[in-house]
Amino acid sequence: MLEIRDLHASVGGKEIIKGLTLSVKAGEVAAIMGPNGSGKSTLSYVVSGRAGYEVTGGEVLLNGENILELSPDMRAAHGLFLAFQYPLEIPGVATMTFLKAAMNAQRKARGEAELSMPDFLKRVRAVADKLGVKQEMLRRPLNVGFSGGEKKRMEVLQMALLEPKFGILDETDSGLDIDALRVVSEGVNALRSPARGFLVITHYQRLLDHIKPDTVHVMSKGRIVKTGGPELALELEKNGYRDYVEEAA
Amino acid sequence: MTAPTRTHNAVEAALIALFAPRNARDLRAAAMARFAARGLPTRRVEQWHYTDLRGAMRAALPLAVAPDAATIAAVKARLQKAQGARAVLIDGHYVAELSQGGEGVRLVSLGQALASDASGELIAGFGLGGDDAAVDLNAAFMQDGALIEVAGDADIELVDVATGAVAQSSYTRSAVRLAKGARARVVETRFALGGAGHQRNAALIFDIGDLAALDHVVETRDDGEASVQTQSLMVRMGRASRFESFALTMTGGLWRRQIFARLDGEGAHFALRGANLLHGRQHGDTTLVVEHNARECESREFFRTIVDDEATGVFQGKIVVQSHAQKTDGAMKSNALLLRDGAGMFNKPELEIFADDVSCGHGATVAQLDDAQLFYAQARGIPRRIAEAMLVEAFAGEAVDYVGDEALRERFRAEIHDWLAGRDA
Repeated sequence: MLEIRDLHASVGGKEIIKGLTLSVKAGEVAAIMGPNGSGKSTLSYVVSGRAGYEVTGGEVLLNGENILELSPDMRAAHGLFLAFQYPLEIPGVATMTFLKAAMNAQRKARGEAELSMPDFLKRVRAVADKLGVKQEMLRRPLNVGFSGGEKKRMEVLQMALLEPKFGILDETDSGLDIDALRVVSEGVNALRSPARGFLVITHYQRLLDHIKPDTVHVMSKGRIVKTGGPELALELEKNGYRDYVEEAA
Repeated sequence: MTAPTRTHNAVEAALIALFAPRNARDLRAAAMARFAARGLPTRRVEQWHYTDLRGAMRAALPLAVAPDAATIAAVKARLQKAQGARAVLIDGHYVAELSQGGEGVRLVSLGQALASDASGELIAGFGLGGDDAAVDLNAAFMQDGALIEVAGDADIELVDVATGAVAQSSYTRSAVRLAKGARARVVETRFALGGAGHQRNAALIFDIGDLAALDHVVETRDDGEASVQTQSLMVRMGRASRFESFALTMTGGLWRRQIFARLDGEGAHFALRGANLLHGRQHGDTTLVVEHNARECESREFFRTIVDDEATGVFQGKIVVQSHAQKTDGAMKSNALLLRDGAGMFNKPELEIFADDVSCGHGATVAQLDDAQLFYAQARGIPRRIAEAMLVEAFAGEAVDYVGDEALRERFRAEIHDWLAGRDA
């Protein structure tokens, strides 16, 4: 499903991703753990196509297609979704307006008909109810004045509406209290399916108590330095990243 | 060379008012005498530092002639059915056949009023903007306009159109007076047919009586790229009166909107807002002076300017609080968004406070579209061009949100949307 091969990427002329290789199959939830500064968030931006993140080598394939030449919106239309660590506030744009624009832009890019207003409303309501997102929140400008938990809930709501083939969750647990973490995790778990893959980026193991990964990868200094099962996350929690930081050096 | 700021105490103001011209002839003569002494403003005049009117006025264009039947018909075709009173000015001339009074509204043309020497004080604008060359030129050459008195509750439409393929100049001066406790909604539409580089100089005077409320909306559009336009708005406010004004300006050439307001009565509420859209080589200047001349008044100014291509935006805002205007509450904000590297914006907010118990603040920003916000929208599948338009619309929309009338608000939003859709890639 998602294949990253010998990826090299730089930000401001400094190489951050240094030959990273990773494969996530359909239906798989892969976790990437690593110390601060290991390049985890950079990886998420490179894969989703943020400007200023320059790919200097390697490829990223989504369902066999190299997406590195695509603009971020085309990558999204191909089924990639990035749940942001820090979701942006968009003053003046009602959440509903933004959601409709995103859903219809993706449909248009795929040659599908735009959603009718009643269909759109019906789908938003259904998903919002499940995530405990109030209608009042949907009328407010996107993420403006939302709490950390509300913002992350909104990310999951968008992911549920856009139904991506592959989701990248960048530090989704940051800024969440335990209740919000549970709601958000349940939202993500509900989207797990044999056809969909996830890459869960996290610094702490606690998110993985709620979103149980199939595989765990340790990232350090721009590469994957160890791959294992869920038990690897527990080991990291116990021993920290020190072993791997030195291994990569 | 900078002119000193004129602020007057009560005695000075009374003396000036006593001397105020009683008729149009005096007014014209006094204005021309000042103009002759000072000439067109250059960048050396502080209030005109960012807009070189002298450089922009390349010729003394002939005064516009009265519209013929075909021109009147062309303008008529652009007008919706009037909801209340309406005054239509075409090429500087009041057009009676397109104008109408309404309930609780007394409407006469400036031409009629000048002939009878009535309303001199109102036409003179209470000395507001008395320092300004564009206001003086307007007084010296005023051709026609509408004088409106409101006693009850009224809807008023003011239309000012410049037409013709040959460049000419027009000078209009209108005034609306609200009696004590009166209410009015004034919708002003300014546009051009034909795209010529006219010189347009308009003055509008609002005299808002005690306890009266005036809601003003003005849209300016379609002027030719070689046009030079000044709009001067003079506002005098009585006790516990209210004034809410919104301007959407998306027009060609060089334009300057200048607002001179004096809050003379206790507890007045003044709000001036607007959205300015500039592209090509357009130059748009919003300059305002709001004088708090009584206790416990509130003023709000909020402007959003969007500058594309090589265009230039200017915002100069000055809040003056006289020593007796205690408990003043003022807040002024100007935010500009530059869409390209060649675009420019000058922001100059100023406070001049002589009272000690006031709350006044201002903020001015100039920014570009936020890359992080754009990426966020793109990561959701929204193409960059659409994401840009969405963010710009939202930026302007926060000003448009202040328009109380829903139909107008939606129309302005649609027009801003179209303006953005017409941007070059």
